[in-house]
Amino acid sequence: MSSLQMPKVDSSILSKKDKIVSDIGRIINPKNVLSHPDELRPFETDGLTAYRQMPLVVVMPETVKEVSNILKYCNDNKVKVVPRGAGTGLSGGSLPLEDCVLMAMGKFNKILEIDYENRCVVTQPCVTNLAITHAVQDKGFYYAPDPSSQIACSIGGNVAENSGGVHSLKYGATTNNLLGIEVVLMDGTITKFGGKAMDSEGYDFLGLMTGSEGLLGVITEVTVKILKSPEIVKAALIGFPTIEDAGNCVAEIIAEGCIPAGMEIMDKALTKATNDYSKAGYPTDAEAMMIVEFDGTEHEVEAYIEKAKQIAEKNNSSSLKVSKSNEERLKFWAGRKAAFPACGVLAPDYMCMDGSIPRGKLAEVLREITRLSKKYDLPVANAFHAGDGNLHPLIMFDANDKNSLKKCEDFGADILKYCVKVGGALTGEHGVGIEKRELMCEAFNDKDIQQQLTIKVALDPNSLLNPGKVYPILRKCAEEGRVHVHGGKTKFPDIPRF
Amino acid sequence: MEEKQNFQTSLDFNQNIFKPSTREEIVEIVKNCYKKSVPLEISGLQSKNKIGRNFQAEKTLDLSNYKGIIDYKPEELYIKVKAGTPISEIEEALKKNNQQLAFEPNDFGYLFSGESNSGSIGGVVACNFAGSRRFKVGSVRDHLLGFQGVNGKGETIKSGGTVVKNVTGYDLCKILSGSFGTLTILTEISIKVLPKPETSKTLIIKNPHVKKALNYLGQSLSSSTDPSGGVFYPDYFGKNFILNDLTHDGGLTGVRIEGPMNSVDQRIDRLSKELDLIDNEFSVLDSVQTEIFWNKTKNLEVFKNSKSNLIRIVVPISETLQVIQKLKKDDLNYFIDWGGSLIWMAFDHLNSKILSEIKEITKIHQGYYTLIKIEDDFKASADIFTIDPIKYKISEKIKKSFDPKRIFNPGKMYTGI
Repeated sequence: MSSLQMPKVDSSILSKKDKIVSDIGRIINPKNVLSHPDELRPFETDGLTAYRQMPLVVVMPETVKEVSNILKYCNDNKVKVVPRGAGTGLSGGSLPLEDCVLMAMGKFNKILEIDYENRCVVTQPCVTNLAITHAVQDKGFYYAPDPSSQIACSIGGNVAENSGGVHSLKYGATTNNLLGIEVVLMDGTITKFGGKAMDSEGYDFLGLMTGSEGLLGVITEVTVKILKSPEIVKAALIGFPTIEDAGNCVAEIIAEGCIPAGMEIMDKALTKATNDYSKAGYPTDAEAMMIVEFDGTEHEVEAYIEKAKQIAEKNNSSSLKVSKSNEERLKFWAGRKAAFPACGVLAPDYMCMDGSIPRGKLAEVLREITRLSKKYDLPVANAFHAGDGNLHPLIMFDANDKNSLKKCEDFGADILKYCVKVGGALTGEHGVGIEKRELMCEAFNDKDIQQQLTIKVALDPNSLLNPGKVYPILRKCAEEGRVHVHGGKTKFPDIPRF
Repeated sequence: MEEKQNFQTSLDFNQNIFKPSTREEIVEIVKNCYKKSVPLEISGLQSKNKIGRNFQAEKTLDLSNYKGIIDYKPEELYIKVKAGTPISEIEEALKKNNQQLAFEPNDFGYLFSGESNSGSIGGVVACNFAGSRRFKVGSVRDHLLGFQGVNGKGETIKSGGTVVKNVTGYDLCKILSGSFGTLTILTEISIKVLPKPETSKTLIIKNPHVKKALNYLGQSLSSSTDPSGGVFYPDYFGKNFILNDLTHDGGLTGVRIEGPMNSVDQRIDRLSKELDLIDNEFSVLDSVQTEIFWNKTKNLEVFKNSKSNLIRIVVPISETLQVIQKLKKDDLNYFIDWGGSLIWMAFDHLNSKILSEIKEITKIHQGYYTLIKIEDDFKASADIFTIDPIKYKISEKIKKSFDPKRIFNPGKMYTGI
């Protein structure tokens, strides 16, 4: 564990461990209360594996009433609580605290209702993102947000982090695809925000809770809207001689009124690495490679692909291939989706950053990343959700060399600061968690942060729910850890990350 | 930028209506009101100021002079404006780049004053009322990328930004959308803009029956033809639409399809087949007529100059028919938008008995209502917005966190908030 500062450990809570275990064992089935170190070990980290901490105890409630009673008990006894879904988050949002009750929501794993008439699904929070689509696809529907870890990440976690995905340019992130949630507040209050009807009465608590990273409440039920699957999906694979050309092409496609379902750019380093890894047939001589995907009805997709082709040619494209079948389209994506493992081949370790920038600043930001790469003497490969300006630089380093790790972290922080400087954001879809906590002062001033903390205090006066996350403890812009991968082994090597 | 603590302007605090043109003036006014606990009514272009409960405010903060486009980047799909900027000015600027506010803000001017007044962007965000594309593109809140505002202590705060993907901190854009100016005075607003579709057409089905209409709408919205609007007007409203290709004046169901020309034709054709329509049962409006038709819908023009009370009811689509059947009275006129889940209902006479009935019915059917227009005598005692006791308690806490002395529009949404 690195030297990241977490909230002060309450030693009186540590000394009362046995009592807490037996008290909660009376609230829920004692079999669902884990306290032996061997049982706690699997919960010591999430997708941000650079940080590890065993919780005091793990509880696995089975009903909303149990969640409420546990939270009420913890609130009354001033015990910190860290909620956890599938534990795939990349920013350390469910990193335990030494004196916390880790509330693992794994038993909330059932889809409760599929309502085609209202085009929505009501589900428990620990159902995976992809399971929702699987449940409705036979009727030709799907759930639109598709974070790369969708095979494993939970829908409750998606709500907590406001997860995005490759297709969020056209279909929005989680917040735009939610209809309602049931939440338990730290004092045990159970309430529903939204439901099956669109928007809601009064203040938009659904919107406030979404992306609040488990600091405001524990989500116990989620209602998402489902969409009719598009009739046809086609992608074009386009090579460009310069990053500028690719960037201009993105801006023009958008300006022309075509909103692609997805638009991805990789730089030369990543194009080559992923092509070597997955044999996707990428133009490896191109300085930048773009995958642009359109979905809709046949005529619509044809019209957009044709327009994209013309714009690409105008912007000096060096190669252009349109998928002729769904298999070919998936092959285009295979390389892109192998970006993480491909980098694992190039270097012993890499860190994945997650910054958001205005689309038009792509070339400028990539030039800066290249400059920083030379300055820090560390190679970097860049993947970019170009449509919505979400950049994922992968910085390669060797964790056995302490100097290399420090350099990598400095490098990463410099990139994120630059993203903010050009009008972007610290995080596009991974969340702040502990990872970017100390960088919050790059994006916000004290008053902004104070306003957010006041909301936290309003709902959780003792700051017991997931403390130490999102908001800086220290008033410094320290550089903390990132998504760190050693020897190509992520925490969940079988989950796609892109 | 940090606030200067002792910023002085030449504002005269004896006046009752402030018309600031700079953020510094707004900050100074709020700080003064905070210090003296003076309640403030926040006002824009007066297009929706009648929506909400009556409340007492000693002073009015009129933002109509705080206007102008700060930054518009068509290729980045956003426009950043001052809160008092008229929607019409924004739409004019977007039009030049073939872009639009996809959430189609309602124009309440026809309803309240008989002529267009689409209000200011600040007012549109504060009310969060989206037009017919709601089910496809989201509400106003889904298009608010970022804001700068002044909280109840006179502190300048911000959240979000100008990029679409941003999960840095709590999403305050959402909690401020639809807060009716009770939490923070919005000063700068960054809003997502989208390209105008190449063309749009509307399939109009001649049909006076609401049950059948809801079936048509349900089927349309669940089809892969990707509609962007779905309405039903009963018989009595049919005559309000005089259009070349509209061959009858009775009840009608309208479904809008947008996109590239070829694709729109193909989808209209497919939809009419999927709905099993025979030739003389439907007509298709071209893009010019489509624009007129949906503008009339967005502007609630069927209620122009109407003296009736108007209620906005939102329920899941599966509940709409039952809600209408249960509420149906002789003096009731309504039309349905949002593909079946928004009911605009006009009552000639409204009293507390009828209103509690409406409240009960919308609650049973998992929805909510907002009283949009209501006779003055009844307004003082009526619940304009619905809420349950738990959410009321949470709302109180949130209100306090933004506006601890309750100086912004106190009581406009709920007593005590």
